[in-house]
Amino acid sequence: MAERVIYAMYDDDDVLKDGAKMLVAKGVKISEVFSPFPIHGIDPIIGIKNTRLGIVAFLFGITGLMLATIGMRFFMVTDWPMNIGGKPNFAYLDNLLAFVPITFEFTVLCAAHGMAITYMLRNKTLPGIPAQNPDPRTTDDKFVMEIRLSENTKYNSDELEKMLRETGLIELDQKDIK
Amino acid sequence: MTLMGVGVLFTAIGVFTSMSDHHFTTRLLANGLVNSFFFFALGLGALFFLALQYATETGWYASVKRIIEAVAGFLPYGMGLLALTLLVITINDGAHIYGWMDPEVLNPKSHHYDEIIDGKSAYLNKGFFWIRTLVYMGTYYIFLRGFRMRSLAEDKIGGTEIHFTNYRKGAVFLVFFAVFSSTSAWDWLMSIDVHWFSTLYGWYTFAGMWCSAMVVLVLLTLYLKKLGYLPNVNDSHIHDLGKWTFATSFLWSYLWFSQFMLIWYANIGEEVTYYMMRIENFKALYFGMFLINFAFPMLILMSRDAKRHAGILTFVGLIILTGHWLDVYILISAGSLGATAKIGFLEIGMALLVAGFFIRIILHNLTKAPLTPVNHPFLDESIHHEI
Repeated sequence: MAERVIYAMYDDDDVLKDGAKMLVAKGVKISEVFSPFPIHGIDPIIGIKNTRLGIVAFLFGITGLMLATIGMRFFMVTDWPMNIGGKPNFAYLDNLLAFVPITFEFTVLCAAHGMAITYMLRNKTLPGIPAQNPDPRTTDDKFVMEIRLSENTKYNSDELEKMLRETGLIELDQKDIK
Repeated sequence: MTLMGVGVLFTAIGVFTSMSDHHFTTRLLANGLVNSFFFFALGLGALFFLALQYATETGWYASVKRIIEAVAGFLPYGMGLLALTLLVITINDGAHIYGWMDPEVLNPKSHHYDEIIDGKSAYLNKGFFWIRTLVYMGTYYIFLRGFRMRSLAEDKIGGTEIHFTNYRKGAVFLVFFAVFSSTSAWDWLMSIDVHWFSTLYGWYTFAGMWCSAMVVLVLLTLYLKKLGYLPNVNDSHIHDLGKWTFATSFLWSYLWFSQFMLIWYANIGEEVTYYMMRIENFKALYFGMFLINFAFPMLILMSRDAKRHAGILTFVGLIILTGHWLDVYILISAGSLGATAKIGFLEIGMALLVAGFFIRIILHNLTKAPLTPVNHPFLDESIHHEI
Protein backbone atom coordinates (compact mmCIF):
# COMPACT_ATOMS: atom_id res chain seq x y z
CA MET A 1 0.00 0.00 0.00
CA ALA A 2 1.44 3.33 -0.99
CA GLU A 3 1.88 5.85 1.71
CA ARG A 4 2.13 9.62 1.45
CA VAL A 5 5.22 11.04 3.12
CA ILE A 6 6.41 14.61 3.59
CA TYR A 7 10.13 15.34 3.63
CA ALA A 8 11.26 18.65 5.08
CA MET A 9 14.90 19.57 4.57
CA TYR A 10 16.93 21.86 6.85
CA ASP A 11 20.49 23.09 6.73
CA ASP A 12 20.93 23.50 10.48
CA ASP A 13 20.33 20.90 13.17
CA ASP A 14 19.25 23.47 15.76
CA VAL A 15 16.57 24.84 13.40
CA LEU A 16 15.35 21.30 12.85
CA LYS A 17 15.29 20.64 16.57
CA ASP A 18 13.29 23.79 17.33
CA GLY A 19 10.91 22.98 14.46
CA ALA A 20 10.45 19.43 15.73
CA LYS A 21 9.69 20.73 19.19
CA MET A 22 7.03 23.07 17.81
CA LEU A 23 5.42 20.37 15.67
CA VAL A 24 5.40 17.79 18.43
CA ALA A 25 3.77 20.35 20.72
CA LYS A 26 0.93 20.59 18.20
CA GLY A 27 0.52 16.82 18.19
CA VAL A 28 2.35 15.99 14.99
CA LYS A 29 4.09 12.62 14.95
CA ILE A 30 7.54 12.78 13.35
CA SER A 31 8.46 9.32 12.18
CA GLU A 32 12.15 9.82 11.43
CA VAL A 33 14.98 12.32 11.16
CA PHE A 34 17.88 11.74 8.75
CA SER A 35 21.13 13.44 9.67
CA PRO A 36 24.82 13.14 8.81
CA PHE A 37 25.68 12.99 12.53
CA PRO A 38 23.82 12.25 15.78
CA ILE A 39 21.82 15.32 16.81
CA HIS A 40 22.21 15.74 20.54
CA GLY A 41 18.86 15.70 22.33
CA ILE A 42 16.64 14.86 19.33
CA ASP A 43 15.62 11.43 20.67
CA PRO A 44 13.30 12.57 23.47
CA ILE A 45 11.77 15.28 21.24
CA ILE A 46 10.58 12.97 18.48
CA GLY A 47 9.83 10.22 20.97
CA ILE A 48 12.47 7.60 20.20
CA LYS A 49 12.76 5.01 22.95
CA ASN A 50 16.04 4.36 24.75
CA THR A 51 18.21 1.89 22.92
CA ARG A 52 18.24 -1.73 24.04
CA LEU A 53 21.67 -2.29 22.51
CA GLY A 54 23.24 -2.39 26.00
CA ILE A 55 21.16 -5.43 26.93
CA VAL A 56 22.14 -7.16 23.68
CA ALA A 57 25.79 -6.36 24.38
CA PHE A 58 25.50 -7.92 27.83
CA LEU A 59 23.91 -11.08 26.40
CA PHE A 60 26.60 -11.40 23.73
CA GLY A 61 29.26 -10.85 26.40
CA ILE A 62 27.83 -13.61 28.59
CA THR A 63 27.69 -15.90 25.55
CA GLY A 64 31.34 -15.19 24.79
CA LEU A 65 32.32 -15.79 28.41
CA MET A 66 30.59 -19.16 28.45
CA LEU A 67 31.89 -20.24 25.06
CA ALA A 68 35.46 -19.37 26.06
CA THR A 69 35.16 -21.22 29.35
CA ILE A 70 33.60 -24.33 27.86
CA GLY A 71 36.01 -24.30 24.93
CA MET A 72 39.16 -23.91 26.98
CA ARG A 73 38.05 -26.44 29.54
CA PHE A 74 37.59 -28.97 26.75
CA PHE A 75 40.74 -28.15 24.76
CA MET A 76 43.15 -27.66 27.64
CA VAL A 77 41.85 -29.95 30.38
CA THR A 78 39.44 -32.66 29.22
CA ASP A 79 40.57 -33.50 25.72
CA TRP A 80 44.33 -33.09 25.98
CA PRO A 81 45.67 -31.87 29.33
CA MET A 82 48.48 -29.46 28.55
CA ASN A 83 51.47 -28.74 30.73
CA ILE A 84 52.64 -25.19 30.13
CA GLY A 85 55.46 -23.69 32.16
CA GLY A 86 55.38 -26.49 34.72
CA LYS A 87 51.71 -25.95 35.44
CA PRO A 88 49.84 -29.07 34.37
CA ASN A 89 46.14 -28.63 33.73
CA PHE A 90 44.54 -31.18 36.04
CA ALA A 91 41.51 -29.04 36.74
CA TYR A 92 40.20 -25.83 35.27
CA LEU A 93 40.13 -24.06 38.64
CA ASP A 94 43.80 -24.79 39.35
CA ASN A 95 44.95 -22.75 36.41
CA LEU A 96 42.03 -20.35 36.29
CA LEU A 97 44.40 -17.38 36.20
CA ALA A 98 45.92 -18.49 32.92
CA PHE A 99 42.48 -18.68 31.33
CA VAL A 100 41.27 -15.28 32.48
CA PRO A 101 42.90 -13.12 29.75
CA ILE A 102 41.53 -15.28 26.93
CA THR A 103 38.09 -15.40 28.52
CA PHE A 104 38.17 -11.62 28.79
CA GLU A 105 39.28 -11.11 25.20
CA PHE A 106 36.70 -13.52 23.85
CA THR A 107 33.95 -11.81 25.87
CA VAL A 108 34.95 -8.46 24.38
CA LEU A 109 35.19 -9.93 20.88
CA CYS A 110 31.71 -11.47 21.05
CA ALA A 111 30.14 -8.40 22.65
CA ALA A 112 31.69 -5.96 20.16
CA HIS A 113 30.99 -7.96 17.00
CA GLY A 114 27.55 -9.01 18.18
CA MET A 115 26.69 -5.41 18.96
CA ALA A 116 27.93 -4.07 15.63
CA ILE A 117 26.14 -6.75 13.61
CA THR A 118 22.90 -6.38 15.60
CA TYR A 119 23.05 -2.63 15.12
CA MET A 120 23.50 -2.88 11.36
CA LEU A 121 20.82 -5.58 11.02
CA ARG A 122 18.32 -3.58 13.01
CA ASN A 123 19.00 -0.41 11.02
CA LYS A 124 19.11 -2.33 7.73
CA THR A 125 22.54 -0.89 6.98
CA LEU A 126 24.45 -4.10 6.38
CA PRO A 127 26.71 -3.92 3.33
CA GLY A 128 24.64 -4.57 0.20
CA ILE A 129 21.31 -3.45 1.58
CA PRO A 130 20.00 -0.48 -0.43
CA ALA A 131 20.15 2.87 1.36
CA GLN A 132 16.98 4.03 3.06
CA ASN A 133 17.55 7.74 3.34
CA PRO A 134 15.42 9.91 1.08
CA ASP A 135 18.16 12.22 -0.15
CA PRO A 136 21.89 11.59 -0.50
CA ARG A 137 22.57 15.11 0.82
CA THR A 138 21.64 13.90 4.33
CA THR A 139 24.99 12.14 4.39
CA ASP A 140 26.74 15.46 3.77
CA ASP A 141 25.44 18.64 5.38
CA LYS A 142 21.61 18.54 5.22
CA PHE A 143 19.00 17.30 7.65
CA VAL A 144 15.66 15.77 6.69
CA MET A 145 12.56 15.29 8.79
CA GLU A 146 10.08 12.64 7.71
CA ILE A 147 6.37 12.88 8.48
CA ARG A 148 3.90 10.18 7.46
CA LEU A 149 0.35 11.20 6.72
CA SER A 150 -1.03 7.86 7.95
CA GLU A 151 0.40 8.62 11.38
CA ASN A 152 -1.08 12.11 11.46
CA THR A 153 -4.78 11.67 10.80
CA LYS A 154 -5.50 14.85 12.75
CA TYR A 155 -4.12 17.05 9.94
CA ASN A 156 -4.29 16.87 6.15
CA SER A 157 -1.24 17.38 3.99
CA ASP A 158 -1.87 21.10 3.34
CA GLU A 159 -2.12 21.86 7.04
CA LEU A 160 1.06 19.91 7.70
CA GLU A 161 2.89 21.74 4.93
CA LYS A 162 1.74 25.06 6.28
CA MET A 163 3.03 24.24 9.72
CA LEU A 164 6.32 22.97 8.32
CA ARG A 165 6.85 26.15 6.31
CA GLU A 166 6.87 28.11 9.57
CA THR A 167 9.85 26.13 10.92
CA GLY A 168 12.58 27.58 8.70
CA LEU A 169 13.07 24.69 6.30
CA ILE A 170 14.88 25.06 2.99
CA GLU A 171 13.11 22.43 0.85
CA LEU A 172 9.82 20.59 1.01
CA ASP A 173 8.92 17.43 -0.85
CA GLN A 174 6.06 14.92 -0.93
CA LYS A 175 6.43 11.34 -2.06
CA ASP A 176 4.56 8.09 -2.19
CA ILE A 177 6.50 5.24 -0.71
CA LYS A 178 5.73 1.59 -0.37
CA MET B 1 32.36 14.54 65.27
CA THR B 2 30.57 11.39 66.38
CA LEU B 3 32.90 9.38 64.19
CA MET B 4 35.90 11.03 65.83
CA GLY B 5 34.42 10.32 69.28
CA VAL B 6 33.85 6.66 68.50
CA GLY B 7 37.30 6.57 66.94
CA VAL B 8 38.97 7.94 70.08
CA LEU B 9 37.05 5.45 72.22
CA PHE B 10 37.96 2.46 70.03
CA THR B 11 41.57 3.59 69.78
CA ALA B 12 41.74 3.90 73.57
CA ILE B 13 40.30 0.40 74.03
CA GLY B 14 42.69 -0.88 71.41
CA VAL B 15 45.68 0.77 73.05
CA PHE B 16 44.85 -0.59 76.50
CA THR B 17 44.12 -4.11 75.37
CA SER B 18 47.21 -4.51 73.27
CA MET B 19 49.68 -2.31 75.13
CA SER B 20 51.55 -5.25 76.58
CA ASP B 21 51.69 -6.87 73.16
CA HIS B 22 55.19 -7.49 71.89
CA HIS B 23 54.56 -5.82 68.54
CA PHE B 24 52.65 -2.88 69.92
CA THR B 25 54.85 -0.05 68.60
CA THR B 26 55.01 -1.55 65.14
CA ARG B 27 51.27 -2.15 65.12
CA LEU B 28 50.51 1.39 66.22
CA LEU B 29 52.85 2.94 63.65
CA ALA B 30 51.72 0.61 60.87
CA ASN B 31 48.17 1.70 61.59
CA GLY B 32 49.21 5.29 61.59
CA LEU B 33 50.81 4.75 58.20
CA VAL B 34 47.74 2.93 56.84
CA ASN B 35 45.34 5.66 57.83
CA SER B 36 47.49 8.67 57.11
CA PHE B 37 48.39 7.26 53.70
CA PHE B 38 44.82 6.26 52.83
CA PHE B 39 43.33 9.65 53.62
CA PHE B 40 46.31 11.52 52.18
CA ALA B 41 45.71 9.49 49.00
CA LEU B 42 42.06 10.53 48.91
CA GLY B 43 43.13 14.17 48.85
CA LEU B 44 45.86 13.47 46.31
CA GLY B 45 43.46 11.52 44.10
CA ALA B 46 41.09 14.48 44.10
CA LEU B 47 43.96 16.86 43.25
CA PHE B 48 44.98 14.59 40.38
CA PHE B 49 41.40 14.46 39.13
CA LEU B 50 41.16 18.24 39.25
CA ALA B 51 44.41 18.61 37.31
CA LEU B 52 43.12 16.08 34.80
CA GLN B 53 39.99 18.18 34.23
CA TYR B 54 42.12 21.31 33.80
CA ALA B 55 44.50 19.67 31.36
CA THR B 56 41.69 18.22 29.25
CA GLU B 57 39.58 21.41 29.44
CA THR B 58 36.54 19.43 30.53
CA GLY B 59 33.20 21.19 30.70
CA TRP B 60 30.80 18.98 32.60
CA TYR B 61 32.64 19.05 35.92
CA ALA B 62 32.30 22.80 36.50
CA SER B 63 29.35 22.46 38.85
CA VAL B 64 31.08 19.84 41.00
CA LYS B 65 34.48 21.58 40.87
CA ARG B 66 34.27 23.02 44.38
CA ILE B 67 33.62 19.55 45.77
CA ILE B 68 36.78 18.23 44.13
CA GLU B 69 38.68 21.21 45.51
CA ALA B 70 37.32 20.61 48.99
CA VAL B 71 38.51 17.00 49.00
CA ALA B 72 41.88 18.03 47.53
CA GLY B 73 42.02 20.63 50.31
CA PHE B 74 42.54 17.81 52.81
CA LEU B 75 45.95 17.25 51.26
CA PRO B 76 47.98 19.53 53.58
CA TYR B 77 46.45 17.84 56.65
CA GLY B 78 47.00 14.41 55.09
CA MET B 79 50.62 15.36 54.39
CA GLY B 80 51.00 16.49 57.98
CA LEU B 81 49.72 13.17 59.32
CA LEU B 82 51.83 11.19 56.87
CA ALA B 83 54.98 13.22 57.57
CA LEU B 84 54.44 12.86 61.32
CA THR B 85 54.04 9.09 61.03
CA LEU B 86 57.09 8.78 58.79
CA LEU B 87 59.08 10.95 61.21
CA VAL B 88 58.24 8.76 64.21
CA ILE B 89 59.05 5.66 62.17
CA THR B 90 62.39 7.16 61.10
CA ILE B 91 63.30 8.09 64.66
CA ASN B 92 62.54 4.49 65.68
CA ASP B 93 64.95 3.25 62.98
CA GLY B 94 62.16 1.88 60.85
CA ALA B 95 60.27 0.30 63.74
CA HIS B 96 60.22 -3.04 61.84
CA ILE B 97 58.12 -1.34 59.16
CA TYR B 98 60.95 -0.06 56.99
CA GLY B 99 63.50 -2.78 57.53
CA TRP B 100 66.14 -0.87 55.57
CA MET B 101 66.15 1.97 58.15
CA ASP B 102 67.72 -0.30 60.73
CA PRO B 103 71.50 0.47 60.81
CA GLU B 104 72.22 -3.14 61.83
CA VAL B 105 71.30 -4.53 58.41
CA LEU B 106 73.99 -2.38 56.77
CA ASN B 107 76.70 -3.40 59.18
CA PRO B 108 78.72 -6.25 57.60
CA LYS B 109 79.86 -7.44 61.03
CA SER B 110 76.37 -7.78 62.46
CA HIS B 111 74.52 -11.07 62.06
CA HIS B 112 71.53 -8.98 60.82
CA TYR B 113 73.62 -7.88 57.85
CA ASP B 114 71.60 -8.01 54.64
CA GLU B 115 73.52 -7.86 51.39
CA ILE B 116 70.45 -7.11 49.29
CA ILE B 117 69.45 -4.11 51.39
CA ASP B 118 73.06 -2.93 51.42
CA GLY B 119 72.98 -3.00 47.63
CA LYS B 120 69.90 -0.80 47.63
CA SER B 121 71.22 1.62 50.22
CA ALA B 122 72.24 4.25 47.66
CA TYR B 123 68.53 4.86 47.06
CA LEU B 124 66.98 3.63 50.29
CA ASN B 125 68.59 5.64 53.05
CA LYS B 126 67.06 7.97 55.57
CA GLY B 127 68.47 11.16 54.12
CA PHE B 128 67.50 10.59 50.51
CA PHE B 129 64.14 9.16 51.62
CA TRP B 130 63.34 12.39 53.41
CA ILE B 131 64.55 14.57 50.56
CA ARG B 132 62.21 12.69 48.21
CA THR B 133 59.31 12.79 50.66
CA LEU B 134 59.68 16.54 51.09
CA VAL B 135 59.99 17.10 47.34
CA TYR B 136 56.80 15.14 46.66
CA MET B 137 54.85 16.91 49.35
CA GLY B 138 56.23 20.32 48.44
CA THR B 139 55.34 19.88 44.77
CA TYR B 140 51.81 18.70 45.56
CA TYR B 141 51.31 21.56 47.97
CA ILE B 142 52.54 24.24 45.55
CA PHE B 143 50.20 23.02 42.82
CA LEU B 144 47.26 22.65 45.20
CA ARG B 145 47.77 26.19 46.48
CA GLY B 146 48.04 27.57 42.95
CA PHE B 147 44.90 25.79 41.74
CA ARG B 148 42.91 26.96 44.72
CA MET B 149 44.13 30.57 44.50
CA ARG B 150 43.36 30.82 40.78
CA SER B 151 40.01 29.15 41.28
CA LEU B 152 38.98 31.75 43.85
CA ALA B 153 40.43 34.58 41.77
CA GLU B 154 38.40 33.39 38.79
CA ASP B 155 35.22 33.86 40.81
CA LYS B 156 36.10 37.53 41.21
CA ILE B 157 37.76 38.41 37.90
CA GLY B 158 36.34 36.04 35.32
CA GLY B 159 37.67 35.94 31.79
CA THR B 160 39.61 33.12 30.18
CA GLU B 161 43.17 34.00 31.17
CA ILE B 162 42.98 32.07 34.44
CA HIS B 163 41.41 29.17 32.60
CA PHE B 164 44.38 28.88 30.26
CA THR B 165 46.87 29.21 33.12
CA ASN B 166 45.07 26.34 34.83
CA TYR B 167 45.21 24.37 31.60
CA ARG B 168 49.00 24.72 31.43
CA LYS B 169 49.59 24.10 35.13
CA GLY B 170 47.27 21.11 35.09
CA ALA B 171 49.32 19.52 32.33
CA VAL B 172 52.58 20.27 34.17
CA PHE B 173 51.16 18.78 37.35
CA LEU B 174 50.27 15.57 35.50
CA VAL B 175 53.87 15.23 34.34
CA PHE B 176 55.19 15.55 37.89
CA PHE B 177 52.44 13.32 39.21
CA ALA B 178 53.17 10.59 36.69
CA VAL B 179 56.69 10.23 38.09
CA PHE B 180 56.00 11.00 41.74
CA SER B 181 52.97 8.74 42.11
CA SER B 182 55.18 5.82 41.14
CA THR B 183 58.29 6.70 43.07
CA SER B 184 56.40 7.76 46.19
CA ALA B 185 54.59 4.42 46.15
CA TRP B 186 57.99 2.68 46.04
CA ASP B 187 59.31 4.81 48.87
CA TRP B 188 56.38 4.82 51.24
CA LEU B 189 54.82 1.43 50.56
CA MET B 190 56.91 -0.90 48.44
CA SER B 191 60.04 -0.44 50.56
CA ILE B 192 58.14 -2.16 53.41
CA ASP B 193 58.72 -5.43 51.58
CA VAL B 194 62.25 -4.36 50.92
CA HIS B 195 63.50 -7.52 49.18
CA TRP B 196 60.60 -7.58 46.77
CA PHE B 197 59.83 -5.32 43.86
CA SER B 198 57.24 -4.94 41.16
CA THR B 199 57.20 -2.47 38.31
CA LEU B 200 53.41 -2.33 38.37
CA TYR B 201 53.30 -1.32 42.02
CA GLY B 202 53.14 2.44 41.46
CA TRP B 203 50.27 2.20 39.01
CA TYR B 204 48.48 -0.22 41.26
CA THR B 205 48.50 2.07 44.29
CA PHE B 206 47.69 5.02 42.04
CA ALA B 207 44.62 3.21 40.65
CA GLY B 208 43.46 2.43 44.17
CA MET B 209 43.97 6.06 45.17
CA TRP B 210 42.05 7.35 42.17
CA CYS B 211 39.17 4.92 42.65
CA SER B 212 38.71 5.74 46.34
CA ALA B 213 38.91 9.47 45.58
CA MET B 214 36.13 9.07 43.00
CA VAL B 215 33.98 7.23 45.53
CA VAL B 216 34.46 10.05 48.02
CA LEU B 217 33.48 12.61 45.36
CA VAL B 218 30.32 10.66 44.50
CA LEU B 219 29.31 10.28 48.14
CA LEU B 220 29.98 13.92 48.95
CA THR B 221 28.08 15.14 45.88
CA LEU B 222 25.10 12.94 46.72
CA TYR B 223 25.14 14.13 50.32
CA LEU B 224 25.27 17.82 49.41
CA LYS B 225 22.66 17.38 46.70
CA LYS B 226 20.33 15.71 49.17
CA LEU B 227 20.72 18.71 51.46
CA GLY B 228 19.80 20.94 48.51
CA TYR B 229 23.12 22.79 48.20
CA LEU B 230 23.73 21.83 44.59
CA PRO B 231 20.88 23.07 42.39
CA ASN B 232 23.12 22.89 39.31
CA VAL B 233 24.03 19.24 39.69
CA ASN B 234 21.68 16.96 37.80
CA ASP B 235 21.44 13.22 37.20
CA SER B 236 23.94 13.40 34.36
CA HIS B 237 26.71 14.70 36.66
CA ILE B 238 25.98 11.91 39.13
CA HIS B 239 25.98 9.46 36.23
CA ASP B 240 29.39 10.73 35.08
CA LEU B 241 30.89 10.45 38.54
CA GLY B 242 29.37 6.97 38.78
CA LYS B 243 31.01 6.05 35.48
CA TRP B 244 34.37 7.24 36.79
CA THR B 245 33.92 5.05 39.87
CA PHE B 246 33.04 2.10 37.65
CA ALA B 247 35.95 2.70 35.29
CA THR B 248 38.58 3.27 37.98
CA SER B 249 37.41 0.14 39.82
CA PHE B 250 38.16 -1.75 36.65
CA LEU B 251 41.51 -0.03 36.24
CA TRP B 252 42.42 -1.13 39.75
CA SER B 253 41.20 -4.69 39.23
CA TYR B 254 43.04 -4.88 35.93
CA LEU B 255 46.33 -3.80 37.51
CA TRP B 256 45.83 -6.07 40.52
CA PHE B 257 45.27 -8.99 38.20
CA SER B 258 48.16 -8.10 35.89
CA GLN B 259 50.61 -7.98 38.77
CA PHE B 260 49.24 -11.14 40.32
CA MET B 261 49.05 -13.19 37.14
CA LEU B 262 52.53 -12.33 35.88
CA ILE B 263 54.12 -13.22 39.19
CA TRP B 264 52.03 -16.38 39.47
CA TYR B 265 52.95 -17.49 35.95
CA ALA B 266 56.67 -16.78 36.18
CA ASN B 267 56.82 -18.42 39.61
CA ILE B 268 60.21 -16.95 40.60
CA GLY B 269 61.07 -17.47 44.23
CA GLU B 270 62.04 -13.90 45.06
CA GLU B 271 58.80 -12.56 43.56
CA VAL B 272 56.20 -15.02 44.77
CA THR B 273 57.12 -14.62 48.44
CA TYR B 274 55.08 -11.43 48.50
CA TYR B 275 51.91 -13.26 47.52
CA MET B 276 52.70 -16.48 49.39
CA MET B 277 52.86 -14.55 52.63
CA ARG B 278 49.59 -12.74 51.97
CA ILE B 279 47.71 -15.78 50.79
CA GLU B 280 48.92 -17.98 53.64
CA ASN B 281 48.06 -15.51 56.35
CA PHE B 282 45.26 -13.40 54.96
CA LYS B 283 43.58 -15.61 52.40
CA ALA B 284 40.00 -14.56 53.14
CA LEU B 285 40.90 -10.89 53.59
CA TYR B 286 43.12 -10.70 50.53
CA PHE B 287 40.82 -12.35 48.01
CA GLY B 288 37.75 -10.97 49.76
CA MET B 289 39.18 -7.47 49.29
CA PHE B 290 39.71 -8.15 45.58
CA LEU B 291 36.19 -9.51 45.18
CA ILE B 292 34.67 -6.51 46.95
CA ASN B 293 36.58 -4.01 44.86
CA PHE B 294 35.97 -5.82 41.59
CA ALA B 295 32.67 -7.69 41.75
CA PHE B 296 30.56 -5.09 43.52
CA PRO B 297 31.14 -2.23 41.10
CA MET B 298 31.03 -4.59 38.12
CA LEU B 299 27.77 -6.33 38.89
CA ILE B 300 25.90 -3.49 40.54
CA LEU B 301 27.11 -0.38 38.72
CA MET B 302 26.96 -1.81 35.23
CA SER B 303 23.53 -0.52 34.27
CA ARG B 304 22.78 3.09 33.48
CA ASP B 305 19.98 3.33 36.02
CA ALA B 306 22.18 2.11 38.86
CA LYS B 307 24.71 4.89 38.20
CA ARG B 308 21.91 7.44 38.59
CA HIS B 309 20.39 5.95 41.72
CA ALA B 310 21.59 7.68 44.89
CA GLY B 311 20.87 4.72 47.18
CA ILE B 312 22.71 2.15 45.07
CA LEU B 313 25.68 4.47 44.53
CA THR B 314 25.97 5.19 48.24
CA PHE B 315 25.75 1.50 49.11
CA VAL B 316 28.37 0.40 46.56
CA GLY B 317 30.52 3.46 47.32
CA LEU B 318 30.74 2.74 51.04
CA ILE B 319 31.56 -0.90 50.39
CA ILE B 320 34.33 -0.27 47.89
CA LEU B 321 35.75 2.52 50.04
CA THR B 322 36.08 -0.06 52.82
CA GLY B 323 37.54 -2.44 50.26
CA HIS B 324 40.24 0.02 49.30
CA TRP B 325 41.03 0.74 52.93
CA LEU B 326 41.52 -3.02 53.37
CA ASP B 327 43.77 -2.97 50.31
CA VAL B 328 46.04 -0.32 51.84
CA TYR B 329 45.86 -2.15 55.17
CA ILE B 330 47.11 -5.39 53.61
CA LEU B 331 49.77 -3.53 51.58
CA ILE B 332 51.23 -2.09 54.76
CA SER B 333 50.36 -4.33 57.70
CA ALA B 334 51.01 -7.66 56.01
CA GLY B 335 54.45 -6.42 55.07
CA SER B 336 55.35 -4.95 58.43
CA LEU B 337 53.60 -7.16 60.97
CA GLY B 338 53.47 -10.34 58.94
CA ALA B 339 51.34 -13.13 60.33
CA THR B 340 50.56 -11.25 63.53
CA ALA B 341 48.59 -8.49 61.79
CA LYS B 342 44.93 -8.52 62.70
CA ILE B 343 42.08 -6.06 62.62
CA GLY B 344 40.99 -5.14 66.11
CA PHE B 345 39.73 -2.15 68.05
CA LEU B 346 42.93 -0.27 67.36
CA GLU B 347 42.66 -0.55 63.57
CA ILE B 348 38.96 0.34 63.37
CA GLY B 349 39.32 3.07 65.97
CA MET B 350 42.20 4.83 64.23
CA ALA B 351 40.47 4.57 60.86
CA LEU B 352 37.29 6.13 62.27
CA LEU B 353 39.30 8.83 64.03
CA VAL B 354 41.06 9.92 60.85
CA ALA B 355 37.85 9.51 58.81
CA GLY B 356 36.06 11.85 61.21
CA PHE B 357 38.88 14.35 60.94
CA PHE B 358 38.84 14.02 57.14
CA ILE B 359 35.09 14.65 56.90
CA ARG B 360 35.33 17.59 59.27
CA ILE B 361 38.11 19.20 57.20
CA ILE B 362 36.40 18.76 53.83
CA LEU B 363 33.05 20.04 55.11
CA HIS B 364 34.92 23.00 56.54
CA ASN B 365 36.67 23.54 53.20
CA LEU B 366 33.29 23.53 51.45
CA THR B 367 32.11 26.46 53.54
CA LYS B 368 35.08 28.60 52.44
CA ALA B 369 33.95 29.27 48.86
CA PRO B 370 30.68 29.44 46.91
CA LEU B 371 29.66 25.97 45.77
CA THR B 372 29.19 27.17 42.21
CA PRO B 373 32.26 28.65 40.51
CA VAL B 374 30.36 31.61 39.07
CA ASN B 375 32.89 32.67 36.45
CA HIS B 376 34.04 29.29 35.24
CA PRO B 377 34.11 29.49 31.43
CA PHE B 378 32.33 26.13 31.08
CA LEU B 379 29.73 26.70 33.78
CA ASP B 380 26.92 27.12 31.28
CA GLU B 381 27.84 23.90 29.54
CA SER B 382 27.94 22.13 32.86
CA ILE B 383 24.53 23.39 33.95
CA HIS B 384 23.00 22.06 30.76
CA HIS B 385 24.98 18.87 30.92
CA GLU B 386 22.88 16.00 29.61
CA ILE B 387 23.90 12.51 28.61
